[in-house]
Amino acid sequence: MAVRRVHPDQPAEFAFSAENFAWAQETIAKYPHGKQASAVIPLLWRAQEQSGGWLPEPAIRAVCDLLGMAHIRGMEVATFYTMFQLSPVGTKAHVQVCGTTPCMLRGSRDLISVCQHRINEHQHTPNEDGTLSWEEVECIGVCANAPVVQIGKDTYEDLTAEQFEEMLNGFAAGKPPKPGSQTGRTASCPSGGPTSLTDQSLYDGSTVDAWRKRFEETSDASDTVPAASPAPAAAAPPVHPAALTAMANAGLVKELEARGGGKAMSAGELDKIKADMLRDRAIAAARGDTEPELFREPRGGNGDDLSLIWGVADKMVEKLNAIGVWHFDQIAKWTPGNVAWFESQLDGFKGRVTREKWIEQAQKLASGWRPESKAGERPKD
Amino acid sequence: MLHDRDRIFRNLYGFHDARLKGAISRGAWDGTKFFIDKGHDYIIDEVKKSGLRGRGGAGFPTGLKWSFMPKADQRPSYLVINADESEPGSCKDREIMRHDPHLLIEGALLAAFAMRAHTSYIYVRGEYIREREALQRAVDEAYAAKLIGKNNVHGWDFDLYVHHGAGAYICGEETAMLESIEGKKGQPRLKPPFPANVGLYGAPTTINNVESIAVTGDILRRGASWFAALGLPNNTGTKLFQISGHVERPCTVEEEMGIPLKELIDKHCGGIRGGWDNLLAVIPGGSSVRCITAAESMSVTMDFDALGKLGSGLGTAAVIVMDKSTDIIGAIRRLAYFYKHESCGQCTPCREGTGWMWRVLERMERGQAEKREIDLLFDVTKQIEGHTICALGDAAAWPVQGLIKNFRPVIEERIDQYQAKHARVAAE
Repeated sequence: MAVRRVHPDQPAEFAFSAENFAWAQETIAKYPHGKQASAVIPLLWRAQEQSGGWLPEPAIRAVCDLLGMAHIRGMEVATFYTMFQLSPVGTKAHVQVCGTTPCMLRGSRDLISVCQHRINEHQHTPNEDGTLSWEEVECIGVCANAPVVQIGKDTYEDLTAEQFEEMLNGFAAGKPPKPGSQTGRTASCPSGGPTSLTDQSLYDGSTVDAWRKRFEETSDASDTVPAASPAPAAAAPPVHPAALTAMANAGLVKELEARGGGKAMSAGELDKIKADMLRDRAIAAARGDTEPELFREPRGGNGDDLSLIWGVADKMVEKLNAIGVWHFDQIAKWTPGNVAWFESQLDGFKGRVTREKWIEQAQKLASGWRPESKAGERPKD
Repeated sequence: MLHDRDRIFRNLYGFHDARLKGAISRGAWDGTKFFIDKGHDYIIDEVKKSGLRGRGGAGFPTGLKWSFMPKADQRPSYLVINADESEPGSCKDREIMRHDPHLLIEGALLAAFAMRAHTSYIYVRGEYIREREALQRAVDEAYAAKLIGKNNVHGWDFDLYVHHGAGAYICGEETAMLESIEGKKGQPRLKPPFPANVGLYGAPTTINNVESIAVTGDILRRGASWFAALGLPNNTGTKLFQISGHVERPCTVEEEMGIPLKELIDKHCGGIRGGWDNLLAVIPGGSSVRCITAAESMSVTMDFDALGKLGSGLGTAAVIVMDKSTDIIGAIRRLAYFYKHESCGQCTPCREGTGWMWRVLERMERGQAEKREIDLLFDVTKQIEGHTICALGDAAAWPVQGLIKNFRPVIEERIDQYQAKHARVAAE
């Protein structure tokens, strides 16, 4: 643990700028309703940026007020997390030298001596004109580029004491160097060039889609594709109208449109999608999904009002009718295999039938019971 | 030897476009919908079969972890991705976030779908500001392309938020991370209940490391058997290794699990500074594991089991190399300081013990100690280890135990030198 206290000289007040306030509102919206305290670290951080790199005590209070937190909770957070600077820092640069073992092994002690004679003997104390300050921080996670310092948002890597001193002069003169490795290597690539990732075929797009072959091979071997389905045409560039008709006959048109987002697709793309669809169906068949009892039209011309099932709205009623489900007693008789079959017909409804207890509801409704609300009655657990 | 085509992180060094277009050309977001259509259990099964073990350090089987999530629960489920990479020596997640963020986002969608979660938070350590910006850019791109978000093209509503910390190592501990996301001090929670039952905001939550999540897409595309065929039994797949310290060319590199340490360093880092004869010790898995000696380093393979047998561990595969110019007591003393600084202060053995170990090692570094204190120090590490809520106590104790186990003669020699010098001064 580190002992951290607020600075004795504090500004009288703090308020977010209009821009930061708007940003704060967006940030709070990232978290569930009533959990706005989650935004405390991002907001304190923004307050620190607005206050010139340190976090005055009025800012902590302002953030707490915005988030509906007790002031002491914000104070706990500000003193616990060491990136919150509780006293003023250099106006041009606050230098954070990583001193942990990986950097120490590569010479961070030398960087710290530079700070001590160039900036100030003591950490967290700006130099005479108040432009630079420094501190030794714990591992900042740039170990393969040690030794490293962080100034503001950027890290300066692979440093020597001489380079570092020059860098500090640059900051003092308002001419900061380029961030990243100071020896010119790229990121954490070994100096002298990469020892891996030299195969250029990884980058020409040829790896995309290669994985599909695996599924095509297995599906050829194990799946039984319905005989009525058209055989995928071998890469004929424009789609033959007859192929589209065949797909329409196979019931694939809706899916094709849905999957293509309404865009025109090449023959290759269509083939692929078609193959996927057929495979999905074959998998469903292999799983033992069975078609429930379906009617082309309602018995006696009128179907039941399926929207009385809690969880089923107008859209779903349409879908159910389209499939051939019109009556409560149909759903009431569904077996688990039927449910699986039904769910395989719809995208993104997995588990809903069971979760919303459609079958129990339908049994009750089929017996003549009616809920008070038109939307149905939520089943009890 | 691992072929380039079997590497998952193809833009590790950022030589190529990290944006959506570039990521797609390297194979990200390819067939995501296909796998989602195959269902929750298919994905969990594939990840289980791949043998993927968590890349955050503990090596818990990832697929098994996902299967702990309740299947029907009134509460929302959360996926929290741990990008609080703070273990000294570790710098791999940084490369994923800034150079291959779409692999992470795609993996997050797949993992969240597998465990029936609609919301995910990525907790990025506060210091990684540029990495956070790069990741946020990628998340925005994914939202704009409707790859994630409400009514996305994959048919599974999924919101992904980038959250950040502000400099606290302990927030890498999963329950401390949850506390931190909830806007509190990062102090670990007592377990049970485990996060899979009571996690973020009291809801079922799974916490995974960035690397574990980012490899999911490729495991599904190329198949569990592909991943399982790489590496060694029970230690499958590829892994990002980070080599720092006294090697000729420190770097981060993706290699097969179970690669011999010597091969890893010779092939990618140009060997040890001054040759292998100049090697003193290696910390093979980040600061929290016990160091191994030069002799052990010559033959050990880099996997959970082989390093575990040596009393060390693979951890995050952050290899810290120390040659004979290193003051090993000083190196471990600095780690002890790190743990003293980062202890959250909740449990007494850790809060008091980490400071105590550091102060004793400060003296031992100078030789200003008694030899019997070495055993006393060892005894204190044993009183910290296993007596705290979270593993930080253990992590603080192990490096010191490694020092005493492997370098006791060095400590004794230092004490002798100090005493000889001061005896002479006293005599004069």
